[in-house]
Amino acid sequence: MSTQSDNQTAAAGNRSSGWVVFVFFMIGLVASIISGWVAFPELLYSTKQQPIDFNHQVHLEQMGGQCNSCHFFREDGSFSGSPTLEECKSCHMYPMTGNENEQKFIDEYVNQDKEVPWLIYAEQPPCVFFSHAAHVKGADMQCATCHGDIGHSTSLREYQENRITGYSRDIWGKSMLRLGEPDHGGRHQKMNDCAECHLKETGSKGDCFQCHK
Amino acid sequence: MKIDRRCFLSLVIGGAVGTTLTPVPWKLTDDIAIWTQNWSWTPEPEDGPSKFVKSVCTQCSGGCGIIARTIGNRAIKIEGQPDHPVNNGSLCPKAISATQHLYGPSRIQGPMKRAGERGQGKWEKISWDEAISTVTEKLAELRTRGKPHSVACISDTDRNSVAYLLDRFLRAYGSPNFIRTPSSADAQELALYLSFGRQGTIGYDFKQSDFILSFGCALMDGCDAAGQMMSAFGDMDKKTRLVQIEARLSDTAAKASQWVAAKPGTETDLALGLGHVMVRDGLYDKAFIDSHGFAFEDREDEAGNAYPGYRSLVRDYSPEKVAKTTGLPEKTIESLARAFARARRPVAVTGFSNPAAASVNQALAVFALNALAGNFQKPGGVFVIDEPDYLSWTEMKIDKTASAGNQQARIDGAGTKRFAHTRYLPNRLPEAINSSQGDSPVQALLVAGGNPLYTLADPQSAKKAFEKIPFIVSFSTFMDETAEQADLLLPHPHFLECYQDVPTPAGMAKTVISLARPVVKPVYDTRHTGDVIIETAKNLGGFIENAFPWKNHEDFLKKTLSDQWETLEKQGYWTDDSSRDNSLEKLFRTSSQRFEFLPRAGFETQGSENPKSKVQTVSLPGDVNELPLVLVPYSTIRISGGAVANTPFMTKTVDANVIAQQDVFVEINPETASEYGLSQGDKATLKTPAGNAKVRVNLFEGIMPGLVAMPAGLGRTGFSDYIAGKGVNVYGLIAPAADPASGLNAAWGARAAIGKA
Repeated sequence: MSTQSDNQTAAAGNRSSGWVVFVFFMIGLVASIISGWVAFPELLYSTKQQPIDFNHQVHLEQMGGQCNSCHFFREDGSFSGSPTLEECKSCHMYPMTGNENEQKFIDEYVNQDKEVPWLIYAEQPPCVFFSHAAHVKGADMQCATCHGDIGHSTSLREYQENRITGYSRDIWGKSMLRLGEPDHGGRHQKMNDCAECHLKETGSKGDCFQCHK
Repeated sequence: MKIDRRCFLSLVIGGAVGTTLTPVPWKLTDDIAIWTQNWSWTPEPEDGPSKFVKSVCTQCSGGCGIIARTIGNRAIKIEGQPDHPVNNGSLCPKAISATQHLYGPSRIQGPMKRAGERGQGKWEKISWDEAISTVTEKLAELRTRGKPHSVACISDTDRNSVAYLLDRFLRAYGSPNFIRTPSSADAQELALYLSFGRQGTIGYDFKQSDFILSFGCALMDGCDAAGQMMSAFGDMDKKTRLVQIEARLSDTAAKASQWVAAKPGTETDLALGLGHVMVRDGLYDKAFIDSHGFAFEDREDEAGNAYPGYRSLVRDYSPEKVAKTTGLPEKTIESLARAFARARRPVAVTGFSNPAAASVNQALAVFALNALAGNFQKPGGVFVIDEPDYLSWTEMKIDKTASAGNQQARIDGAGTKRFAHTRYLPNRLPEAINSSQGDSPVQALLVAGGNPLYTLADPQSAKKAFEKIPFIVSFSTFMDETAEQADLLLPHPHFLECYQDVPTPAGMAKTVISLARPVVKPVYDTRHTGDVIIETAKNLGGFIENAFPWKNHEDFLKKTLSDQWETLEKQGYWTDDSSRDNSLEKLFRTSSQRFEFLPRAGFETQGSENPKSKVQTVSLPGDVNELPLVLVPYSTIRISGGAVANTPFMTKTVDANVIAQQDVFVEINPETASEYGLSQGDKATLKTPAGNAKVRVNLFEGIMPGLVAMPAGLGRTGFSDYIAGKGVNVYGLIAPAADPASGLNAAWGARAAIGKA
């Protein structure tokens, strides 16, 4: 018995005291919280500029005030997304305005016959089947409801790319806690956002296979 | 203050606790899930506008119309063509998943020559110029040596433009040895020729028939008939009765109104037994037989020789006797015959997509039932579709070498005195080569379509024969079992990459020509077999070159289909709906100008013996005491039994009691299984005269005791790792048994024994 007790005392003498341990615990706790909330979001996203600063407002005015002049539905009902070089070229084969961005577009893309590598804020992974037709034609929704009033913007926002997934920060949202609405209007576009809206509008979150074919 | 291990641990613990209070773990989990979808090998759908191309699937002989959806140069999806006369929108899993073969690892990616031993799988890439000149040199050399007839060509069809070009090439070159791979249509076509005097296919108007009597046809099991049948059944009147005669509860039997489980191999007896009842009770179309029937009654020829007619032939097939042979109750035979005879539009079917070979006599006996019902060229009945006539070009001039070569006897023995009316005897080819002394009678073999080393009965002996052939060229699109044993690979494009005409598929009651069209640009360095033939002919020069006045296959096809080309380009198919002559007057081209119940042409080849002795069922080789069971093949729509193997997708749809890991299950009745001490899932050894196989046991009440059933289409060695090595090739266990009337293989099964492994 006595031997055991001696050993315990000896061991206690060699240990650091409780408050030192607590301080270290707190250092770990605070450091990780700060890095998780402040450093992590900074590290996770890289900021990129669009290849060309596109003015939606000007185009909207020139093209008759309709988004679908450039972002149209194909004959088979599928959505065309961003215009291709071919479509842009139908107006911008040669400079029309003297705008430096237009000149850049013609020099770097039209003349070199290269598609513009637009960074798409609302791009979803390939496992997601999203039908624009069902929402725009079927449910009569406005583009701005999800995408914000991008049509009246004069400049393209900076694009924050998730370094792990390669997709835009817009999908998750600026807030790590996914609080609030996007600054640019519209909606965040994670699965839960789809489900939330579907629940509200249709009474059901929908089935897995509706989007994940 | 003392800093020790505890401090460090608490720092870490503090960090861990803190981290859980940040978004890091949750956000990272989500991001990593998405990151895994970005791996380079994860398939990603193309994006862009869709295009839809009407085409036809050529993976089996079914000829189903398809619509292929493409985005850019990528084929995305294949669906049935809704208005196509064959399948009207229906499609089997093989056609639906054809893009897996198009982009899959089974493809031969360019011309290659063998670098190692045969079958070793070592290949060296070569240019098309080198490949074609290798073939040209070999063929030129054989011709110089006066042996053009030692060149043989195997194809899976003799009816499309490639087959026509090949046959024309052989005739211009000097060889009679064009051979078609075997199918259940062989006996049908011969029977059609013997009794109708016409070369072509038999069509059945399933849609309008009210009573379908199927002698073991895999109407809803295999892929050959699937498109047609799904389409017909969709349109059918609910009152249509389908009676399936089969020893196994197949999908067709399960969907039938009545399932008649006769012993396998006794179908001929049953058909004659039904004929007996119909004749005995006067339940047949007397008017048709009076005006268009021949050899119904006994007859005498001019020399005074007496020949029995159908009436006296079936007298020996009383229900009592047939009941014993077939294992069916007499009552069933009587009632079946009456139901058939009394139906308004009955039709009897055999040799249509059957998994097992059948004899010519079986086909004739079933034709006779249709004749008794008087249903030829009538709605709901039987129609005769001639060989396509668009492939007819003026005769070409040939030189002396070619003429001498063409006059040589065929190596497979077809068309000789013994088998005068049989066009091809593919199953006799291996034997002819293996039994020859000295050099192989085949010095060069061109395999263009088909996969004989997989589909021939007893492929082991065919492989042995191939070993004796010094020069084998395969035109296969895929690294199939035959391509594996070749010396030179000249890959043909996938059917979604090229033009191909598809003449009327067997079973169709009207002429339908479909056109397969390039849906996407060729993925690999392939060349159309038609182009290669034309180029080789040009290289050989002289009369051979002159026989091929076309630039390439497409040019040939356009010129040969001149009238129909525009329709084919626009709608993908051409049919003679409005222009068909359905009168009986010109239907029969036999020497009697009538439907011959017991064909005279048959007697001519076999002497004037009593035909009764010839209506015999094909007996299976092997000792009944040693091999008490019978192995029968069966088709399933989920496993491709033909030349082109399953797609990996199809294999995924197969039940776990058909394939588990690498093992195939054989179906066996629980009663039989208990005799041999076998229970569900047991590993067993199956033995037949052709070989042994390791299998597993699936107890199935739906199969007749005494039988063992195995799905056709497994046990591949070729194609890719996703396909090969699963199960056993059932045809490898069934040695051919020659039909004495035709020489064709008519082995409907094999004697077998099974024991616990």
